[in-house]
Amino acid sequence: MADRDLDAAIAVTRFGLGARTGEISQARGDPRGFLKAQIHAQGAEQPQANPETAQQRLAEFRDYQQDRKAMKAAQGPDDPKPGPRDPVKMAQRVLREETGADFAARARLGAQTPEGFRERWALFWANHFTVSASKLITATVVGPYEQEAIRPHVFATFTELLGAAETHPAMLLYLDQAQSVGPNSMAAQYVKRGGRGVGNGVPLPAAGRTLGLNENLAREILELHTVGVGGGYSQADVTEFARALTGLSIGGLRENPSQAGAPVFRAMAHEPGARTVMGVRYAAGGKEQAGAILADLAAKPATARFICGKIARHFVADDPPPALVDRLERRWRDTGGQLGEVAKALVDAPEAWAPTQAKFKTPYEFLISSWRAAGGAPRDITVLAPTLNAMGQRAFSAPSPKGWPEDTASWAAPDAIVKRMAWAQAFAAAASADRDPRGLATEALGARLSAPTATAIARSETRAEGLALLLMSPEFQRR
Amino acid sequence: MTSPPTRRAALLAAAGFGLSLNFVARQAFAASEGAAANRKLIVVICRGGMDGLSVAPPVGDPDYQGLRRAIALDDKALKLDGTFALHPSLTSVHALAQAGEARIVPAVATPDRARSHFEAQDVLESGAAVVYGTSSGWLNRAVTGLSAQRKVEALSVGPTAPLILRGPAAVSSWSPGKGVDASARLPTLLQDLYKDDPVLGPALARGLATETMAQAAMTNLPQDTSMTTMTPAANAPGLVRQGAEAARKLGTTVAGFMREPGGPQIAVVSLDGFDTHANQLGQLAPRLTYLDAVLDGLHTGLGADWKNSVVLVATEFGRTARVNGTGGTDHGTASTALLLGGALKPGGIVGDWPTLKSSALFEARDLAPTVDMRGLFKGVLADHMGLDRRVLDTTVFPDSATVRPVTGLV
Repeated sequence: MADRDLDAAIAVTRFGLGARTGEISQARGDPRGFLKAQIHAQGAEQPQANPETAQQRLAEFRDYQQDRKAMKAAQGPDDPKPGPRDPVKMAQRVLREETGADFAARARLGAQTPEGFRERWALFWANHFTVSASKLITATVVGPYEQEAIRPHVFATFTELLGAAETHPAMLLYLDQAQSVGPNSMAAQYVKRGGRGVGNGVPLPAAGRTLGLNENLAREILELHTVGVGGGYSQADVTEFARALTGLSIGGLRENPSQAGAPVFRAMAHEPGARTVMGVRYAAGGKEQAGAILADLAAKPATARFICGKIARHFVADDPPPALVDRLERRWRDTGGQLGEVAKALVDAPEAWAPTQAKFKTPYEFLISSWRAAGGAPRDITVLAPTLNAMGQRAFSAPSPKGWPEDTASWAAPDAIVKRMAWAQAFAAAASADRDPRGLATEALGARLSAPTATAIARSETRAEGLALLLMSPEFQRR
Repeated sequence: MTSPPTRRAALLAAAGFGLSLNFVARQAFAASEGAAANRKLIVVICRGGMDGLSVAPPVGDPDYQGLRRAIALDDKALKLDGTFALHPSLTSVHALAQAGEARIVPAVATPDRARSHFEAQDVLESGAAVVYGTSSGWLNRAVTGLSAQRKVEALSVGPTAPLILRGPAAVSSWSPGKGVDASARLPTLLQDLYKDDPVLGPALARGLATETMAQAAMTNLPQDTSMTTMTPAANAPGLVRQGAEAARKLGTTVAGFMREPGGPQIAVVSLDGFDTHANQLGQLAPRLTYLDAVLDGLHTGLGADWKNSVVLVATEFGRTARVNGTGGTDHGTASTALLLGGALKPGGIVGDWPTLKSSALFEARDLAPTVDMRGLFKGVLADHMGLDRRVLDTTVFPDSATVRPVTGLV
């Protein structure tokens, strides 16, 4: 049955990360069932990365910062520049290498997993709750963040995933929450008085520093993570929410050592009093106040609408069919935001199976699907990083909290296509070996392989040229 | 005449397969065009909400110090006039200002007031009065408008296409890289495979043509012009130096493109990392060092063409007037734009200064705008590029007839 052939190809290439040899035939019996079997209550698969936690990484990073400070203090202004064996430089390199290893492990998982849909679903959420390596300190924890805050919860409720993402130290650092202090909190009062009064054995900031609010996390939760920019909140809501979030921070080295680098709630820094956010009043309290606001935001209809639209855009089309968004939204509402159920609704939606290949692959998707088609996996970050940089999608470094764009217009610039072609040429030369590119094309695209592409590949002069043509073909560049 | 085909010729052949080659074949045409065809416009977008009160601190404003406290810049800032100075990292901009070739627009904003990066960037780049007003960019529509008079090429720098240049007019994009293996058949085969593909076909043809031009433009430049060193958080002085060096090379390379016969008259460069919610003093200095280096690279790289050029530096919004609780600033409203170029008329600040008096602040927290960003863009497009006022009011900036162009800049 021709339709089932096409559905199998769509299941593996659109919902998944591109076909590995044999995968399309495997999906052929029951393409929808093949995808639904990848929805697991325990969440997404974990990459085989360095098992260090974010807390351990942050403690190491703080140690490194202290060493650096001490070394600077010890150095005179006229001392020669530190050489390559400088311990601070070496520490910095180790931190960077760990980040690179995390990313390579994630890419290897993408290239080799038999459950491409499960992995794509996880990548969607990691991008929705972006933490970018744009600061050195966040670079060291983006990998653990995805493993701890995102992957375990991607098929749980949205409330659960939201709570895990927003309170993770990586997010608190990335969106500047860790230092935000209520202007009328005990900590701020203490500083204002010049460090007299209070105490309680809690470490307090040095007197003379100014302490106050930072509204970044509150704003991005509203604008990007929940109700969206049209979601009906005002500047006053942003500020009120920021006040409620004060106290949410990260344990320092000089406090309880077991809490160094862990998420903590500092009651001393919390802005006292009741808060009103989007018309709802929240009684005074500690971290429960922010928790209640987050739970309410997660449950808002605007959140369901905003995120279901994003899911439809990610999986199906830059401009998705409204009927598809409606279906997802309905399932979200009926199940209280059960993400596993929303994933099933996506698989069940007829609009998601339209044969039009509307989605242009991002550079990461293009690379991962190339490895899947050729039957390999990236060895380490030195292979991946320069390629992704050249294509404009630097590893773990989305340009803003909005995450990577996913529309054709963002990625199909002339320069980007030339860069893809140059990479495909080199990759195909190394990967083609003695394999028949015609067979690879059938395995990679199934019923989606077009006659012109098949002809071009069949006429290629060398195996490498044939494989490069496959990777650069219009249907392989899309999904 | 029988010499073997050069790399350049091979690329040309590949790029021209079934499609017209826009850049390189127009030399004769451009030469006959006169002054208008020589004018160059470069737009630099600083993403993240660049703090105008740090770019051009109003050190003479009586309320500046009180609002900015720990992040006030007065002693180290580079003086412009009785009120304004420039950030200490902007040394090249300062030198140009003293030569009458740089001016500040200290209180400019788009019509958007949502304080969302993404919404504000969309409005900044689309040129619409409201967010999602249109899906193409104002500079792309300006290219269309100018094309009625003469052939105009536009180039975006970087592997992704910014909204400002997206739209019906075909534009080029380029970023540093290894180049194309010209001996392979792949480019030609792909042109054939893409002949019915509305996205990939035109994109590959343009990409190859630009690659050809890059070979010429970079003949005298180091090959490792890399923007990638500009992105990581560069706090160490060594990294900042490397980043500034890369940024300067980027500026020179773009200038080199623009000086090529038939090269682009219009270019867009994006810089990011200006979202400074915490530790603003430390975060912003390296970014402004890079910006200054890019501008310096454009200035020196354009050489004799600098006198025909205008560089416009803009950001999506400014930041709060007050320093926040973490030594940074949050999302605000008006910011500073910079105008540079040998084509500029010398003069003082552009637009009125609303002052930092608490009664003058927008919503009691942000610098209030006195200039609509669209008016600034319109003024430059009209006076410098010769674009018709009616096209500006209706097509390039839809529904903007009431926004008067800022005139007398060029």
